[in-house]
Amino acid sequence: MVLVFIDQQAGHIKKASFEAASYGAEVAKLLGTNAEAILLGSVIDNLANLGNYGITKVHTVDDENLNNFDAQVFTKIIAQAAENAEVVIFSNNTTGKAIAPRLSVRIKAGLVSGAAALPNLSSGFTVKKTVFSGKAYANITVTTAKKIIALNPNSFSIIPMGGTAEVVPFTANFETAKVQVISQDLVKGEVPLGEADIVVSGGRGLKGPENWGMITDLATLLGAATACSRPVADIHWRPHHEHVGQTGLAIAPNLYIAVGISGAIQHLAGVNRSKTIVVINKDAEAPFFKAADYGIVGDAFEVMPKIIEAVRKLKSA
Amino acid sequence: MKILVCISKTPDTTSKIAFIDNNTKFAADGVQFIINPYDEWYALVRALELKEANASTTLHLINVGGADTEPIIRKALALGGDEAIRINSENGDSFNIASQIALIAKAGDYNLIFTGKETIDYNGSSIGGMVAELLDLPYISHAIKFDLEGTTATVVREIDGGEETDKANLPLVISCQKGMAEQRIPNMKGIMGARTKPLKVIEPTTFDSYTTIASFDLPPAKAGVKLVSADNPEELVRLLHEEAKAF
Ligand SMILES: Cc1cc2nc3c(=O)[nH]c(=O)nc-3n(C[C@H](O)[C@H](O)[C@H](O)COP(=O)(O)OP(=O)(O)OC[C@H]3O[C@@H](n4cnc5c(N)ncnc54)[C@H](O)[C@@H]3O)c2cc1C
Ligand SMILES: Nc1ncnc2c1ncn2[C@@H]1O[C@H](COP(=O)(O)O)[C@@H](O)[C@H]1O
Repeated sequence: MVLVFIDQQAGHIKKASFEAASYGAEVAKLLGTNAEAILLGSVIDNLANLGNYGITKVHTVDDENLNNFDAQVFTKIIAQAAENAEVVIFSNNTTGKAIAPRLSVRIKAGLVSGAAALPNLSSGFTVKKTVFSGKAYANITVTTAKKIIALNPNSFSIIPMGGTAEVVPFTANFETAKVQVISQDLVKGEVPLGEADIVVSGGRGLKGPENWGMITDLATLLGAATACSRPVADIHWRPHHEHVGQTGLAIAPNLYIAVGISGAIQHLAGVNRSKTIVVINKDAEAPFFKAADYGIVGDAFEVMPKIIEAVRKLKSA
Repeated sequence: MKILVCISKTPDTTSKIAFIDNNTKFAADGVQFIINPYDEWYALVRALELKEANASTTLHLINVGGADTEPIIRKALALGGDEAIRINSENGDSFNIASQIALIAKAGDYNLIFTGKETIDYNGSSIGGMVAELLDLPYISHAIKFDLEGTTATVVREIDGGEETDKANLPLVISCQKGMAEQRIPNMKGIMGARTKPLKVIEPTTFDSYTTIASFDLPPAKAGVKLVSADNPEELVRLLHEEAKAF
């Protein structure tokens, strides 16, 4: 059996977990077995729908206490559910990164975090992962009987299969959490950066926070998240959680639009896994153009309003 | 109070990434190595601040690595800390490294263990969680703020799409990232002082590794940028819509 950990926030399954489910179903196919899932806490979503992503059975521990996240408690429960699992799959998001290493120790299963592809079974069990902040890949061979894979968000397509999963309660032993969650502060009304399909990002070339309207307007039209370069966050033009790059968030959207960003190597490290990169910069020598798929050499203040207008037209057509 | 900070060595952020020996080894020749930024800027500096706030605090640094890591360890000691421990082991995987650290951490009875959020070369984000499980301690990852009152810690951590505030009692394992502290530059006094601080070398204990690196790949090169005239930005929108099918 392949076991997929399904992560939820405020009662809803995260997009990254649907990717993990689809990935887990494909891994199960490779191994000639089935994919099941474990979900902790109370949710609003209909869990039978996980069948649509190839999950045959969902084990749930529907306990309010588990809406308080504690990696130690979660690990203990997942270890019990993973007793018969050959492979356990996580999304390599903040939750996955907190649990997967612990589980690796607890069930003596080698961990590949940041997986970018399905395992290769031609000689042993080898998984490609991103290293050097997306500048390269390493092929990691797992030598333990059980394996754990934490899949990079946005690196595996969700495959709807049509189907319903059986939902069964799972009885687990666990203690009171030692970590108490006091509060959560979610960025409201915006697309979470880590899960966004499209990201519009601004750099120091925008001159000041008062000019960010062109970034947010385009983002709103495209249903995109907004991001920024590090100096922009450091000088408080934009909030810290928007900072992408080597020392910020690493993202891999379908489309990344960089406006007034030079494309320093540390910035690229966080965005170079994006499928399509668009660069708007007035300097033709800006290093970002070397990493881009499309570009305009021009002044953002002249180009952006026209782009926004063209997108508006397209969207209302 | 006793704090242990885990320090790792990584190539400088501007290093050229290339591989040798049939793509099985990182080409380290001519590469400058630094303290992993998360370990230096956030984990170490926050630990130093805690020590400055409470003079009775003991602060130790730990590294699992070869003798060539010592310049990095001395640089970390120049920022502060009482002594460093190097476990003389080079080829273990994350589980092996975590096991070496956990052994020392247990023997030293530390109240607080800080790691970086991840190494910028391996990007494992694993050592902190593994050490915590080996020691059966709570683990708070991706911390952006850490405050201590008595033995109770209040930690703000990054979660998907926002932040979360947690409370927990020591002992704890914490992985640190931006926000925890401001980067510092070692001063002359620190650099001189670091030369005489103890740097203990301990031979490794035999532990398993759960994984091995079979090979490395570089991503395929980009086809090259397609430039659109600044006079016709509408064409860019058309290409993104019709050719790239991005929206
Ligand atoms: C260890 C380390 C880690 C780092 N981590 C990160 C990280 O995680 N993320 C990150 O982003 N940076 C990081 N940096 C910083 C990085 O090296 C760069 O300094 C930074 O990315 C530059 O930001 P920028 O492109 O916004 O600004 P600049 O480099 O100042 O570039 C501004 C760009 O805007 C263009 N421009 C100016 N006016 C206009 C206009 N009117 N229209 C169009 N274009 C215009 C300019 O031509 C220029 O290319 C790190 C640095 C170090 C040393
Ligand atoms: N060889 C090592 N020696 C000491 N600490 C390490 C070592 N490798 C990693 N760490 C610590 O663990 C953190 C996460 O590393 P990783 O799990 O490899 O991404 C780093 O930021 C360091 O604080």
